[in-house]
Amino acid sequence: MKIDSIQNGIVIDHIPAGKAMQVYQYLKLDEAEGSVALLQNVPSRKHGKKDIIKLDGVTELDWNILAFLAPDCTVNVIADGNTVEKKHLKLPETLTDVIVCKNPRCITTVEPGLHHIFKLANRETGVYRCVYCESAHN
Amino acid sequence: MRHLIDILDLTCEEIDELLDTADSIIENPAAYATRCAGKKLATLFFEPSTRTRLSFEAAMYELGGHVIGFSDAANSSSSKGESVSDTVRVVGSYADIIAMRHFKEGAPMVAAMKSTVPIINAGDGGHNHPTQTLTDLLTIRREKGRLDNLTVGFCGDLKFGRTVHSLISALSRYEGIRFVLVSPKELQVPDYIKDLLTEKELSFIETTDLESTLPEMDILYMTRVQKERFFNEEDYLRLRDSYILTPEKMRLAKQTLSVLHPLPRVNEISVEVDDDPRACYFRQAKNGKFVRMALICKLLEV
Repeated sequence: MKIDSIQNGIVIDHIPAGKAMQVYQYLKLDEAEGSVALLQNVPSRKHGKKDIIKLDGVTELDWNILAFLAPDCTVNVIADGNTVEKKHLKLPETLTDVIVCKNPRCITTVEPGLHHIFKLANRETGVYRCVYCESAHN
Repeated sequence: MRHLIDILDLTCEEIDELLDTADSIIENPAAYATRCAGKKLATLFFEPSTRTRLSFEAAMYELGGHVIGFSDAANSSSSKGESVSDTVRVVGSYADIIAMRHFKEGAPMVAAMKSTVPIINAGDGGHNHPTQTLTDLLTIRREKGRLDNLTVGFCGDLKFGRTVHSLISALSRYEGIRFVLVSPKELQVPDYIKDLLTEKELSFIETTDLESTLPEMDILYMTRVQKERFFNEEDYLRLRDSYILTPEKMRLAKQTLSVLHPLPRVNEISVEVDDDPRACYFRQAKNGKFVRMALICKLLEV
């Protein structure tokens, strides 16, 4: 399957197979002004299969959300048809209003107006904990 | 302005100062009898807890202060749907300091974010209970004369017991502490506590056998298997009777052992043990009032 090369934009490569749709939803790419191509189950030498998202006319994304969802992805920034930057993301220290606490006893389930804030508890395992109740997000 | 939401909000030096103040109050209560004259403590107990609330109230009265508050969410504005943030903003205009117990985990932290007066977490669900930890630390220091170089056994429900998690976190900051974690497989400490101990390279063992590990302990912290944490009565009944501390088992322990329990107990310590001088849990309950007095003074800066 072939998707035309993009001129100015972003290619998110090495997304774990099957995860591109989740990335699409969390990054609200349905609201993107440029063209968006989402490729799933692309053959990969390294991982067997991978997903790719190509964005033409989009130059900024919420890197924290992307790093949280696909920390091992590669981001290629394209300008005038050339790759001008390769980004390797790292897990953000804090996630605000990206995920919600699943602990039914957490104050966030009842208190209005609270931001859902998670702190990275362990960089190796990628575990985040709710700042209010300290429950791990799995 | 300071709050106390998590025991780790306090440095080891600050804990030492609080315990020193508590010791001083025990030695000379009259010197503190008017320390909080003209001040009001609001006890906001959205979840009933007789002993913690009475301990706070007794603490404030003995400092010469006054107490307002409620002891059940049904009697509070939260039953009308008021948020925690609004409640503390209103109560903060009537009181100088607030002690809050809430069934939602993280509620005191939310309160502290909005409050104009100091907030003390008096227990939030299964999460934190820092004034219990201060009570435990004061008891250990008074019984042992130190908080370092001790073998500390925890026995019973180590999974849901918030007092256990807080005390392990607090003790993990002192030198030479060795932890012996005794529980049924189903009630072992959560992974994040084990991660903390591993990360700090602290010595700990997990076992199901109390008898064989009891002789090495300096402190034995017993806990109740809490019925309200189980969905299934059968599991509760089976696990409740896993460990019962009896005079026979106490014969295996050091003569210098100190037995602590956050209370209330059900049957995990037989009443015959109460007369053993190594049983510290009623002294521990009394210490709770003194350390809360010290904390109120610190947060009110009086």
